[in-house]
Amino acid sequence: MRQLSQAAAIREGIVQEMRLDPNVILLGEDVGKFGGAFHITHDMLDEFGAERVWDTPISEAGFTGLGIGAALTGLRPIVEYQYLDFIFCAMDQVVNQAAKIRLMSGGRAKVPLVLRGPQGATGRGAQHSQSIEAWFMHTPGMKVVMPSTPYDAKGLIISAIRDDNPVLFVEHKLLYGAASPGGGKALSDSAIQAIGTDVPEEAYAIPLGNADIKREGRDVTIIATLLMLHRALSVAEELAAEGVSAEVIDPRSLVPLDVTTIAASIAKTNHVVVVSEDVSRAGVAAELVATINDHCFYDLEAPVQRVAAANTPIPFAPASERHVIPQVDDIRAAVRRVLSS
Amino acid sequence: MNTAMDIRREPVDCAGHDRTLLLRMFRKMLEAREFEEQLYYLFLTAAMPGTMHQAVGQEAVAVGVVSALNPDDSITSTHRGHAHCVAKDVPLKDMMAEMFAKREGSCRGMGGSMHLTDFNKGMLGAFAIVGSGIPIATGAALSARVRGSGQVAVSFFGDGAVNEGIFHEALNMAALWNLPAIYIIENNQYALSMTVAESSAVPDLASRACAYGMPGLRVDGNDVLAVYEATREAAKRARAGEGPTLIEALTYRIRGHARFEAAGYRPSEEVEAWKNADPIERLAAGLLASGIASEDELNVIRAEAEAAIEDAIEYAQSCADVRAEDYLSYITAEN
Ligand SMILES: Cc1ncc(C[n+]2csc(CCOP(=O)(O)OP(=O)(O)O)c2C)c(N)n1
Ligand SMILES: [Mg+2]
Repeated sequence: MRQLSQAAAIREGIVQEMRLDPNVILLGEDVGKFGGAFHITHDMLDEFGAERVWDTPISEAGFTGLGIGAALTGLRPIVEYQYLDFIFCAMDQVVNQAAKIRLMSGGRAKVPLVLRGPQGATGRGAQHSQSIEAWFMHTPGMKVVMPSTPYDAKGLIISAIRDDNPVLFVEHKLLYGAASPGGGKALSDSAIQAIGTDVPEEAYAIPLGNADIKREGRDVTIIATLLMLHRALSVAEELAAEGVSAEVIDPRSLVPLDVTTIAASIAKTNHVVVVSEDVSRAGVAAELVATINDHCFYDLEAPVQRVAAANTPIPFAPASERHVIPQVDDIRAAVRRVLSS
Repeated sequence: MNTAMDIRREPVDCAGHDRTLLLRMFRKMLEAREFEEQLYYLFLTAAMPGTMHQAVGQEAVAVGVVSALNPDDSITSTHRGHAHCVAKDVPLKDMMAEMFAKREGSCRGMGGSMHLTDFNKGMLGAFAIVGSGIPIATGAALSARVRGSGQVAVSFFGDGAVNEGIFHEALNMAALWNLPAIYIIENNQYALSMTVAESSAVPDLASRACAYGMPGLRVDGNDVLAVYEATREAAKRARAGEGPTLIEALTYRIRGHARFEAAGYRPSEEVEAWKNADPIERLAAGLLASGIASEDELNVIRAEAEAAIEDAIEYAQSCADVRAEDYLSYITAEN
């Protein structure tokens, strides 16, 4: 089958939805003429024109609000942030407005809005490296989607666009792949697995709230998203050689979360490691541990192990960044801990 | 988009200006230029981690502004901040060590290119969230007022930053309370791929000052003395309690937006025309024309600036790498 990079897969999903539905529009910095800072919106201005692809000024709070207003009145805007770190400039619009309008209107209004962009630590220092999804898991009214493979990325972006709620679509810089159209960024990571690179040409939707078992196993369940999923898979591969059978689950969306798939896996393995690139304190992994304790406590033979970033802004020095962000070694050690306790 | 007609190439008019000041400006601009030229080669050979944004062609703005300030006045900088640091007397060796992520770096290897700063030199920080330094400089101006320190606070930011809401909020408060603040729009005519005309309803950015009842002026940002004079006037007003000033310095970003960004969205004639309006060359021409310095004297300064950067690189490469756990000492003030 045809192979696509994740960047190309996201792009294709957006383009196909824009061809299908004239209400889908794009807003963001450099998304038109330049084709997007990471080339996701390459050539879209040419195909869809300036009434659907809006090159905005650097005004995140403003264009996020424009997206909300357009969503309330019949459009399905996709708003791009060059780095997800910059969504914080629009926090009021996202948290107090987009996420609350449905409830405040007593269910009369809907906000079909996609907020998307890349995150992840790549040596750019504290203001271009954060993982931000936990802030929005903490914002009822929002959905949070985390694509880890090209196949998933295309199916999930299509679902996100068709969803009638504000959806945060979290991409990872290191997963875009070198083959993005328009000559991509040569960002990569040695642990990135060539999985899910076969991408059907036709449009397809992957429902939100459907976890995917990326690798089946018996002894331990590892739950991870984005880049951490790839690191978890390489740990699982290594451990297989030692006779440890790890099951690796990709939730694909954190809100809604597919507790059923996770619980079924834990009922089988009785041991769990959760891995996330965001900070440990009050983060994604913390929420997953709590959810697992709520639903699966009596299936657990050992305390759930949490592997997440150190509680610090991300330092510039590459050695420090590596120390802060979970590495393959950290995940392997956590698996050993959970299996030996 | 600005046409070639807007580009001024005449020598900087040095007549009547202090020789020491002029030669110091020349030296600082050369250092900033050479610092970034060498960074480019270091990135090409992958000797340097991270990324960077060059201010090649914009050096007269940083140097002209800072030359009009006192050493204890504050500034805030941006993602494109190397020249601001050089102008503010951050030691070149510390800057270079930071770029190499060394322990001796000006931010101990924790900040990197986009946060290159030195608190001891009155740099409050380099903020890579576009626009976010504007209120912070305004706060330093408020603090100067409260403390009665007589200091002035300057915020450097790009033409793109004026479209962030925070620009409006900060300038309104500064004007409302007559704070000793100076706002420098470093108009290099692009915010990544976007021209000023494509992103600001009123492309005359200095005119935004009238919304706050503060003076707003546009200066030739490639004429270091024009920048210097405008800033000196603004600083005088600020210290006299007459409030803030908005200065738009028109210049040009000769290189791509970041590291290897090719800037294919710009007509090459435009780039070439601006290369011929180089602020360092314009100052050199003015120094020669006014008889303030000879070509030989300028060549000595050129050689000194190059040697200073060479020394900084050699020093930085000899420094100790950051240890992985170093950051643990810097997270909160208790550490
Ligand atoms: C809030 C925010 N939005 C977007 C960016 C990405 N970005 C970095 S620099 C830049 C262009 C800035 O243009 P300008 O203010 O003119 O400064 P210049 O780069 O020209 O020096 C953009 C969009 C950012 N760093 N912060
Ligand atoms: Mg600019």
